[in-house]
Amino acid sequence: MTWEVVIGIETHVELRTESKMFCGCPVGFGAEPNTAVCPVCLGLPGALPVPNEKAIEWTMRLGLALDCDVTQQSLFHRKNYFYADMPKNYQISQFDFPLCVGGHLDVTTSDGDRRIGITRVHLEEDTGKSTHLGEGGRIGSSGGALVDFNRAGIPLMEVVSEPDIRTPEEARVYAQELRAVVLALGVSDARLEEGSMRFDANISLRSEGATELGVKVEVKNMNSLRSLQRALSHEIERQTKILDEGGAIAQETRHWDEEAGRTEAGRSKEEASDYRYFSEPDLVPLVVTDEVVAGLRSELPELPAQTGARFEAAGVDSIAARVLVGGSLGSLFDEAVVAGAAAPEVAKWLTGEVTAHLNREGADPPALSLDGAALAELIAMVEAGDLSSTAAKQVLEGVLTGEGQPRQVAEARDLIQIRDEEALAEAVAAVVAAHPEEMGRIADGDGKLIGFLVGQVMKATGGKADPRRVSELIRESS
Amino acid sequence: MSDPADLTIVEAAAALRSEDLTAVELLAAVRRRAAMTEANIHAYLTIDVEGAEASARAADDAFAGGEDRGPLQGIPIALKDNMVTRGLETTASSQILAGWHPPYDATVVTRLRDAGAVIVGKTNLDEFAMGSSTENSAYGTSRNPWDPERVPGGSSGGSAAAVAVGSALAALGSDTGGSVRQPASLCGVVGMKPTYGLVSRYGLIAFASSLDQIGPITRSVADALAVLQGISGHDPEDATSYRGELPDFGSQIDRGVEGLKIGVVSELSGEGTEPAVAAEFRTMLQRLEGAGAEIKELSLPSTAYALSAYYLIAPAECSANLARFDGVRFGLRLDGGTVEEMMGATRAAGFGPEVIRRILLGTYALSAGYYDAFYGQAQKVRTLVIDDFKQAYEQADVLVTPTSPTTAFKVGERTDDPLAMYLSDLCTIPSNLSGDPGISVPTGVDDAGLPIGFQVLAPALAEPLMFRVAQAVEDLAGFDARPTLASSEGAA
Amino acid sequence: MVCSGALLGEIAVGVPSRLVPIDIDIAKVARLARLGLSEEELAAYGSQLESILEHAARVQALPTEGVEPTAHPLPMVNAHRSDEIEPTLDRDEVLAQAPDHVDGFFKVPAFLEDE
Repeated sequence: MTWEVVIGIETHVELRTESKMFCGCPVGFGAEPNTAVCPVCLGLPGALPVPNEKAIEWTMRLGLALDCDVTQQSLFHRKNYFYADMPKNYQISQFDFPLCVGGHLDVTTSDGDRRIGITRVHLEEDTGKSTHLGEGGRIGSSGGALVDFNRAGIPLMEVVSEPDIRTPEEARVYAQELRAVVLALGVSDARLEEGSMRFDANISLRSEGATELGVKVEVKNMNSLRSLQRALSHEIERQTKILDEGGAIAQETRHWDEEAGRTEAGRSKEEASDYRYFSEPDLVPLVVTDEVVAGLRSELPELPAQTGARFEAAGVDSIAARVLVGGSLGSLFDEAVVAGAAAPEVAKWLTGEVTAHLNREGADPPALSLDGAALAELIAMVEAGDLSSTAAKQVLEGVLTGEGQPRQVAEARDLIQIRDEEALAEAVAAVVAAHPEEMGRIADGDGKLIGFLVGQVMKATGGKADPRRVSELIRESS
Repeated sequence: MSDPADLTIVEAAAALRSEDLTAVELLAAVRRRAAMTEANIHAYLTIDVEGAEASARAADDAFAGGEDRGPLQGIPIALKDNMVTRGLETTASSQILAGWHPPYDATVVTRLRDAGAVIVGKTNLDEFAMGSSTENSAYGTSRNPWDPERVPGGSSGGSAAAVAVGSALAALGSDTGGSVRQPASLCGVVGMKPTYGLVSRYGLIAFASSLDQIGPITRSVADALAVLQGISGHDPEDATSYRGELPDFGSQIDRGVEGLKIGVVSELSGEGTEPAVAAEFRTMLQRLEGAGAEIKELSLPSTAYALSAYYLIAPAECSANLARFDGVRFGLRLDGGTVEEMMGATRAAGFGPEVIRRILLGTYALSAGYYDAFYGQAQKVRTLVIDDFKQAYEQADVLVTPTSPTTAFKVGERTDDPLAMYLSDLCTIPSNLSGDPGISVPTGVDDAGLPIGFQVLAPALAEPLMFRVAQAVEDLAGFDARPTLASSEGAA
Repeated sequence: MVCSGALLGEIAVGVPSRLVPIDIDIAKVARLARLGLSEEELAAYGSQLESILEHAARVQALPTEGVEPTAHPLPMVNAHRSDEIEPTLDRDEVLAQAPDHVDGFFKVPAFLEDE
């Protein structure tokens, strides 16, 4: 039996507003526990929520960026369940009238282009954080737990995809693309490792061609794009094995164990949740006019897909364009092009050496000591014949490690190419004279040996010769 | 001069300004009255001795310095104990909040302080304002000053009893289904529920958010007006707070009822009303007619379902509002091996039976499979009630009913029959569903000498009209009886 | 109680025609509400709830086709606040009211459920 994989992803994104969703407490990391709290976010008796208009606006921006419709009249609801780090024991969320509905996000995987439907984008509040004490894994067997409510009430957007995703790779690319959109909008720092962007996946298998969905498993606790893909691959294997053996999938929540490389069943609950949603009586409806929506739409920044298309139009190939956008290298690219460098050349450097450096260092583009002007200067030096491509890489390394601007580094490291024709001719002549046999074979048409001789010249000049010119001179000598 | 504890706010305000009386003296008089009556009445849970004295001295200093912040300056006012007061124990009459000292003040508390009022203390109520008699208080039942065998009504029973007996000149109550108006009626004082949104709910421990509204309990209609003026107005901390310009509440108060159309709601004044209450009601209708009003009998058919709708909507909202009492951040905690057990044990022990009953009822009414039939349907009935009121107000300027179908009942009489208890609020609940204002004015007593209240209802934001009719009712009734316990002889 | 019968009779005008049967799994309701009640308490509350619900269920007798539900008495919309930081509470004052706390955290017993 062939099984079709059906995946939907719920993404939570903490908004980086100044203040919390329903009160004026500051949003941020690293404060001492329970210092960014007030009666509202502590759920004290008598306290009332008042929504943060910026959070509402930002959620609509994301919805518009995902081509959603903004709901003209949306509502907040109470989602009721008890949990020790949720102050009111209900979460103010949205239910049947979310802020944004019915959009999509286009992604490109190794299998080609796919359009993933977005069911809804809504706004809610985050919970506090509990730390479990005692030994025995994630859940302390004794000793209890410590609760910090600084995070409670931070605005949280939830983006729900349609079950349109078919492979773990597609899931990863979707998540990556969504993150790029969030970053482009500047509404969140979207850090997976810090939990300001979190993914839960619903995954089910069904026999090929079936229209009904299979039994759904919710997978949680994936805190990187890589673990999202790995967890789903593992879950597909696990479910396929059960189904192939004639077994049944249990509807449950499973947690990804990064170290063990597998998903583990959560403790099964006695009964399914019953959240008893009802409209939040402490709040009034949100009404959004067409003018407001039009205004927000016109203020949207360039989105990753548009940026990618623009790069392609500038002559960058599609894979490189995606790497530039996905790696947040777009502004560096634009700066270098504005400084006069050719787009394909800029893309080549950014997706090659610069990306390799970022990966090695685990750094973010904004932290680089390379700016667009410097990259343009480097490229210009190569084109002018001042630097060989090998030397240019060394110069870039120098720039990235803070040694200075490209020309300074090249001079300091003595990497400027010999452009004195006479000196170059002498060096070539010396090599030609030392290799009569090879010159003979070149004359007989064995072109491959030219490269060998060029290498000898480069060695003799300490890498400072222009290999193209050396190659020409060798041909002229044969 | 008579005992200052028996003054109205308007009278006391004049005396304070004519230097016949100081705020410290006035507080002392109220304190003496409390000392005489508390053992019998138990209106208060907490008396703020030091805080009140400091406020009274500050008010006198302000008067001496020529600073006048209006009619509430120096006036001793009590607060129902479901309004949070920073540093002053606030329990909502529940064990689950025993010993809780809030780290903040409710907006009404701030407003009263800013107006120079002297907060005397915190009054008893039915636990979390759920009840009509104060018998659901975890800290004992308050007694009716007219007959201590009887309840003062509820849930703001402590506030009504304190005002009736003179241990405060005025008090704040909260009215979710009649909890200001019904006890005011049973205690022979004035109780007013403003239009929903006129008074901030920030710092009012919520029972049912879409129905709760804070209102004044006073000895006269003019006093209710003065307190409302002091506590109303937009509050940015309450998203349901009214943002428009406030009407001038007192602008029509002296105009009488001549030419007004007064509608009598047949469903709320017919059978089931005690004969003495019905007779007193009819007498007042005749007087109003004699004063030039046109009396019209009107039908609001959906109000027959209002009580049922209320007993789905209020418990549903309370089931969520009371979820925060979980033993984690404040209040009572019972031991438990797990956090779930701790919460379950704390809540089962900390809440009284009526609160548990309503939480269970609301949880059920919202749960999967029942929502549409119960909560959803109740919200539609609410729409029909609102529509009925709108139609009625096309035919009449105000509507009138008895405030409560009965006078004060005996302690224990209805405790085993929750449904009978719920009926106390039959006439007051519809205007909580509609959000409209209502006021209860005492007009007389029954054969047992128990007070009877007359309710005036008006459209949203039509408080000026409501006060106008209420003032006429007060004038026409000429009711000036006081409970025997309010005098020193009565408080043996 | 003198008037309760008469009043409830009045409330019952319009014979209920499509009542949803009242079927209370009181133990489940108590679990959802996090109320740790004994068997006896559950039984007692269960029967009380049934009688209250029988009356409350009368709302179903009123025809409401095409009627919009009212969640809120006020026709108000868009009550927001601007994104500005306001003063926070003093932690010592907050924790002084906590049943248990340590190192600036609220302390609770261990969690049973892992979600």
